[in-house]
Amino acid sequence: MDWRYLRRRTLNILSLTGSVVATVFGLVWLFWILWTTFSLGFAALSLTLFQENTPAPGSTGGLANAIVGSLIMVGLATAIGTPIGVLAGTWLAEYGKRHPLAGAIRFINDILLSAPSIIIGLFVYEMIVVRFGHFSGLAGACALAIIMLPVVIRTTEEMLKLVPNPLREAALALGAPRWKMISFVAYRAALSGILTGVLLAVARIAGETAPLLFTALNNQFWSTDLTEPMANLPVVIFQFAMSPYSEWHALAWAGSLLITLSVLALSIFARILARKARMEH
Amino acid sequence: MTDRIDIPDRVLNRQRLLDRLFQTATSVSAGLVLLILVGIILSLFVGGWQALQTFGFGFLTGSDWNPVSEQFGALVPIYGTLVSSLIAIVIAVPISFGIAIFLTEVAPHWLRRPIGTAIELLAAIPSIIYGMWGLFVFAPVLSEYVQPWLQEKFGDIPMIGSLFQGAPLGIGMLPAGIILGIMIIPFITAIMRDVFVTVPKFLKESAYGVGATHWEVIWNVVLPYTRVAAVGGIFLGLGRALGETMAITFIIGNTHRFSTSLFEPGNSIASTLANEFNEAVGDVHTSSLIALGLVLFMITFIVLALAKALLLTLNSRDSGGKG
Repeated sequence: MDWRYLRRRTLNILSLTGSVVATVFGLVWLFWILWTTFSLGFAALSLTLFQENTPAPGSTGGLANAIVGSLIMVGLATAIGTPIGVLAGTWLAEYGKRHPLAGAIRFINDILLSAPSIIIGLFVYEMIVVRFGHFSGLAGACALAIIMLPVVIRTTEEMLKLVPNPLREAALALGAPRWKMISFVAYRAALSGILTGVLLAVARIAGETAPLLFTALNNQFWSTDLTEPMANLPVVIFQFAMSPYSEWHALAWAGSLLITLSVLALSIFARILARKARMEH
Repeated sequence: MTDRIDIPDRVLNRQRLLDRLFQTATSVSAGLVLLILVGIILSLFVGGWQALQTFGFGFLTGSDWNPVSEQFGALVPIYGTLVSSLIAIVIAVPISFGIAIFLTEVAPHWLRRPIGTAIELLAAIPSIIYGMWGLFVFAPVLSEYVQPWLQEKFGDIPMIGSLFQGAPLGIGMLPAGIILGIMIIPFITAIMRDVFVTVPKFLKESAYGVGATHWEVIWNVVLPYTRVAAVGGIFLGLGRALGETMAITFIIGNTHRFSTSLFEPGNSIASTLANEFNEAVGDVHTSSLIALGLVLFMITFIVLALAKALLLTLNSRDSGGKG
């Protein structure tokens, strides 16, 4: 047989096998990390986790204050970031399409989307923490809101662009003012897509640690006061994992499990919604 | 004849006002994006000004980082950031390329979506989980099996051997680079997959028609067609790796010391910030850390802008109709 043909076939088989190996390589990490988190996390899961606050060194406790703190800050960040992000995306898609600044805003938004989150933490530290003189839950929520903003802006713009123009023209032809057309026609048509973006953004900030280190810091005690340092799961996980106590390590794994479960649930739910959005168009 | 409907001015003015309010709200929100960027750069400049003034250009070239004598040079963290990201790229690029090929050319159609989703989920796992897993699970495996093996195989080779010297602790520059590599695989894969599917079918089919194998089509048709955008994807992954914080903080070792060995603990800009910022004593230390943040933001900004510019070339070609 022709050896050149043989060589081409061998190279082909080798490279295709290589792509399978690469895929398996990628998947192994996912399952390894998830398995570790699940097995160690479930082992540390108990009811006291939700009843007691984070413990002092050497004693036992739970994560109640951190769970509540995380929920408050993520909730507040979503409440700040969603309307601003949707409005900015609306401007890009509906008003500023040919505006000279639109290209620049899109470009910068895409860069902020991948910018290091720890830098956002430094920024909010300089803007809020230094000004008020102490760490606070409010600063933490602001940092998280800034991180979620680019995700919401981008998906809102893309989803609004998918809304067919005849819908808009029909509404305008009936005499609807532009704000009404956008709010009651365009938003409604793009709703599940925009919601997908918000969910993905929430999933992203739910596990963010770096920006909270310099803003919300941590609080060993129960606190719902937004002007005070606020406990939160990621920073508690960080501090407990770095500690020498094995009870703290167990708590850190339990916290990791809670975060991983909520992030995975949000991402999968967002994906289902995205598929629904795609079917609508 | 049509009936004229008289709309009272009151109603019209109200709608006009609402229209203007709504448009203003959207444009102010969009302008906020620019404001945030300007705000970040300004606040980092102001915060880091003292350090930049005290040390001047030496801040970038000095390798001393000593809070006691208040001498601060950013060379070691900059070096650590670049080296760990470089290791990540070396690992992630071939793997991502392989996965993208698998997802677009090799896998049966029913398998593409679930595997693609699974790879994307790698990006959803928070970085702190990577860090904990790296420290408690991966590092022991690495120090027991992988590092001794590397030392045995490559330790005696001149030049390369010096990369693998030192105690196999499982933490350090190499472990940090490996974990970074895993973390950026989903980003690079997603871009490569998306650009590979833009290759026109007739191009590939012509190649198959003259008898090219799968691999020859990938190497000679798909890759040349998508090269620029694929490089853009790699830069995007690099941008992510440079700024990654928590995973690195767990596993890089956090030592301000130069070392040619990849086994030795080191430092990156982001991990230095995460470790020292809240414990910083004195204004010079804090200011130096903020200046370090400015350096990191500048580097990532340039890399990400480059990535974006490269990715844009694909869009312009699509609409230009050349393909």
